[in-house]
Amino acid sequence: MRGAAPLPRAFVLCLGFLFLYAPIALVILYSFNASRLATVWGGWSLRWYGALLENEQLLASAATTAEAAVASATIATILGTLAAIALDRFARFRSRTLFAGMIYAPLVLPEVVMGLALLLLFVSLGLERGFVTLVVAHATLGLGFVTVIVRARLVGVDRTLEEAAADLGAGPVTTFCRITLPLIFPAVAAGFLLAMTLSLDDLVLASFTTGPGSTTLPMRIYSEVRLGVSPQVNAVSTLMIAFVWLSLAAAALLDRWRRSTRVP
Amino acid sequence: MIARHRRPAQAGRLVVLGLPYLWLLAFFLAPFALVLRVALSQSALGRPPYTPVFDTLDPVILSQKLRELSLDAFARLAADSLYLDAYLGSLAMAAAATFVTLVLAFPMALAIARSDARLRPLLLVLVIAPFWTSALVRVYAFIMILKDEGLLNLALRGLGLIDAPLHIFATNTAVLIGIVYAYFPFMVLPLYAALDAQDKTLREAAADLGAAPLQVLARITLPLAWPGIAAGSLMVFIPAVGEFVIPDLLGGSGTLMIGTVLWSDFFANRDWPAAAAAAVVLLALLAGPLALYERLQVKDGALTPRETP
Repeated sequence: MRGAAPLPRAFVLCLGFLFLYAPIALVILYSFNASRLATVWGGWSLRWYGALLENEQLLASAATTAEAAVASATIATILGTLAAIALDRFARFRSRTLFAGMIYAPLVLPEVVMGLALLLLFVSLGLERGFVTLVVAHATLGLGFVTVIVRARLVGVDRTLEEAAADLGAGPVTTFCRITLPLIFPAVAAGFLLAMTLSLDDLVLASFTTGPGSTTLPMRIYSEVRLGVSPQVNAVSTLMIAFVWLSLAAAALLDRWRRSTRVP
Repeated sequence: MIARHRRPAQAGRLVVLGLPYLWLLAFFLAPFALVLRVALSQSALGRPPYTPVFDTLDPVILSQKLRELSLDAFARLAADSLYLDAYLGSLAMAAAATFVTLVLAFPMALAIARSDARLRPLLLVLVIAPFWTSALVRVYAFIMILKDEGLLNLALRGLGLIDAPLHIFATNTAVLIGIVYAYFPFMVLPLYAALDAQDKTLREAAADLGAAPLQVLARITLPLAWPGIAAGSLMVFIPAVGEFVIPDLLGGSGTLMIGTVLWSDFFANRDWPAAAAAAVVLLALLAGPLALYERLQVKDGALTPRETP
């Protein structure tokens, strides 16, 4: 049985994807709009991209955002992968529920609550808010997402390979580096990218945890957007979309290349 | 869980488990304990006018102040109907948005689950991809679309369907649309996982026994999809209750949600105790759904995207 008839199925899919992509497509389209009025089409133009290049505040924020994203995603990926291994391979340990709870809660917890909580921590520790606190906050946010992705992949890893390596005398570290890590690498890379995306994108946690010297791009965009629709925001947004999607495409290609070159 | 053939060395085990554990204890659990303490501390009663020069103060003094806060914040919370309205508004909005998302996402998930097996991974990636696009940008896109002089009104006018622009921007409807859009992938994925796992012979048996397609849907497919429905609904509902960006940018004066109230308490009014107390109440409200979500997650850990690009 093929379930629903193909025609309504195609219709539902088209409608669904139209809903998902039309808004994004409009932002991209209007970033090339010559008109100053954001919703009036005035012909094609690159003027808003040119304007971005002269906006030094914005460029500085973009640099801060990128650095924080890479730093926090690195921490999140290392810790998240370790956590996934712990959850998948250590069958029972005390306070497993607490551990798993702490991993999964940030995935859905309202960001305002998490932001406020981290801020209170930093203040009571006497830490000055800035780049470091921003990275810590984003790493904590990304950790759980990495764990979920890596754990899903770990479940499918053939354990006999690891056991064979161990039987042949490889220590746990060697086994992990030579067998497990290559097998779960696509998931680790995907986790890294997702953690990076979350960091690049985050407005709420950043607003609570960063200091005046480290304003992020989403914070700048937010304050622009509050003033109204602006063509410059369209241009920044398009660049952000392009950056993330190109990284994803690169990661997918890299994965395909790795698979095709791997010795069976 | 299968027992390991050879247990990893105790030291290695300690590192693997210990590092993320310590990090989460320090930067996840401790902060929440602190929020609770700040909001619950009874030591010094009533030192109301909170000086609005908080930022310029020395952090040490600041933390001292934080320690001396009182139940006062909660008292104000209870006395001010703004908070009650905001909590109720958030719950109502999140519930409505969850329901609409479910109704819209179900056909989509079903269509993907019943598509050609070779097409499915691509379709899933296409559902996830918007989630990899800045949420702020996606909310911003809806400002462009929904404004009175926005693209939707422009299009509807061009088609001659309306004479006067529809006022959607800066209303609760806009917030609802924004939430549904932002969390749509979160709903589709668990639904898809549940629908994909269904044994199709059950549907065939029902059909053979004379059930009409709609009956099969209502009596077989839908009940079996329940875990996915529960998971997806929780993944939309919980963050939606505390959502800040969407109500702030798409909502209007009539939009009252706790995320925005907490934000303005903190940033505009600089009233930290009130913000902390609001956060505690919000967490208490979400305790039930969160516990349910944790149970689902810890049990199978499979609510979130398996298919990653």
